[in-house]
Amino acid sequence: MKLYSIFSLARNALNYHKDWPRAWRSPEPRPEYDVVIIGAGGHGLATAYYLAKEHKVTNVAVLEKGWLGGGNTGRNTTIIRSNYLQDESMAIYELSRKLYEDLSQELNFNTMFSPRGLLMLCQTEHELRAMKRTNHANRLAGIEARMIDTAEVKRLVPIINDSPNARYPILGAYYQPRGGTGRHDAVAWGYARGADSRGVDIIQNCEVFKIIRDDDRVTGVETSRGTIRAKKVAVVTAGNTSPLMQSAGVNMPLESVCLQALVSEPIKPVIDVVVMANTVHGYISQSDKGELVIGGGADAYNNYSQKGTLPALEHTITALVETFPIISRLRTMRMWGGIVDMTGDRSPIIGKTDVKGLYVNCGWGTGGFKAIPGSGFVFADTIANDRPHPIAAPFGLDRFLEGRLIDESVAAAVAH
Amino acid sequence: MLLITCPVCGNVGDETDFHYGGQAHIRRPASANPGEVSDEAQRDYLYVRLNPKGLHFERWRCDRGCAKWFHMARDTVTMEIKACYGITELPPREIIAQIPPSNPWYGFFDQRQAEPASTAAEPKNAELESTGER
Ligand SMILES: Cc1cc2nc3c(=O)[nH]c(=O)nc-3n(C[C@H](O)[C@H](O)[C@H](O)COP(=O)(O)OP(=O)(O)OC[C@H]3O[C@@H](n4cnc5c(N)ncnc54)[C@H](O)[C@@H]3O)c2cc1C
Ligand SMILES: [Zn+2]
Repeated sequence: MKLYSIFSLARNALNYHKDWPRAWRSPEPRPEYDVVIIGAGGHGLATAYYLAKEHKVTNVAVLEKGWLGGGNTGRNTTIIRSNYLQDESMAIYELSRKLYEDLSQELNFNTMFSPRGLLMLCQTEHELRAMKRTNHANRLAGIEARMIDTAEVKRLVPIINDSPNARYPILGAYYQPRGGTGRHDAVAWGYARGADSRGVDIIQNCEVFKIIRDDDRVTGVETSRGTIRAKKVAVVTAGNTSPLMQSAGVNMPLESVCLQALVSEPIKPVIDVVVMANTVHGYISQSDKGELVIGGGADAYNNYSQKGTLPALEHTITALVETFPIISRLRTMRMWGGIVDMTGDRSPIIGKTDVKGLYVNCGWGTGGFKAIPGSGFVFADTIANDRPHPIAAPFGLDRFLEGRLIDESVAAAVAH
Repeated sequence: MLLITCPVCGNVGDETDFHYGGQAHIRRPASANPGEVSDEAQRDYLYVRLNPKGLHFERWRCDRGCAKWFHMARDTVTMEIKACYGITELPPREIIAQIPPSNPWYGFFDQRQAEPASTAAEPKNAELESTGER
């Protein structure tokens, strides 16, 4: 791997940037691998990277039906935070947020982590109490965050409507100063480049149709580019997980729905933090290009089409226009949807399955971008050692059998 | 945007006039002695969902009409609504016949679906209903 640096930049400038090497190869699939990872989103690529780097498992293929990072990883609104309520969640999301802090150096790729600060508005008494509870839980776990009052919210977010007569007045906010955003594509590309340079084959345009098992053990996958044998198979396909797991005889506790987002036309800087308004279902930040990045709640019903409908977006925009009146005149530039995999407790599933050699990492729903580094780290460890990493262990499929849920659905109505 | 016709009151509206109720035909595994219900059965009832890519059977509520729940057969890729039917009913025969073997609903309503048409006896209505929810 050619390292990117100020010197390589200068050197390549002399050749008019015509000689940059490709960031990753485009290899033909081999007939057999030690580990096949299905899905080249952030979680699959990070898993491959840490398998190669931390565990020296390099006979690995990542199979992707489209292009790498073209799923939810390239469609999300890039919010990064770790102020979750439950101990298990705090452990994995804070591990992940910490890894984001140095990720650009780790990957020699600018992932543009921007810990610009994140506010979760409190717009009802109930929400205020709930956020105080989360704040206490977070402080016990050593996560830096604090409650702020309406005046400080207004100072941090001058465009906010702080009128006490608003339909949902701002009563305060829960503030995580080191939360923020990152560059979603760069996270996928950085992990892809790092995994590829350590020998991992990333095979794009290769759709997996079926997971093949021999009795109680997985033996490989059937793909659009032929059968590929594997000792271990890891399914990391977000909203497409249920059909794949079903092909291996495992019915999942998941529902696939569409989550949409949109960006406005670019404007001058007006907001330099991330604001989430969970009661009214909307959140907003401003990209480096000046677009307001806006998202909200998911569409209601099961959907595999990657297309959402207007009512969900209208609901989001209505909520945000009351909270940020100046955005009412902005035009929408782009809108899109991604298919997210929702669990009943809104917590992910990471770990082994009843089929030997079959692993699954899914259920990140509407909020897994922030978790990519941590999830990849613990999942690689789980696969390499064939037992759950301590931080991954509570998120196993067995929690649904034992009724041991990790309930984040009440903690954050909008979990991004 | 889905355009839905309520099979109970005939109300026609878009999806915002209705409320989604998730997967249909889920049966509670309770018995006279709840302790006999296995952990697996309880898990499947509470959390496991078929979540097919393609034909799905779900519950909807007629929010702005008669407020009754009803059933819908819908394709989760094309969004086509194949049928709406009553809350105590099973899907129409011709819709059941369209469930492909790769769909997790295959065989759910009628075990004989898996057999070739010529050998499968025409199921009696009562028999068919006994496999569905009551
Ligand atoms: C609109 C939107 C906004 C969001 N906002 C946020 C946010 O602000 N913060 C946050 O933390 N999270 C957010 N999320 C959630 C986040 O995007 C996801 O949780 C995360 O990207 C999941 O990553 P992944 O690698 O698991 O899945 P993906 O990135 O979806 O990758 C899965 C890959 O698997 C491939 N695949 C699927 N089936 C097959 C098959 N059969 N064979 C081969 N390949 C296959 C897909 O093509 C895809 O590339 C948002 C999501 C959406 C849609
Ligand atoms: Zn009606």
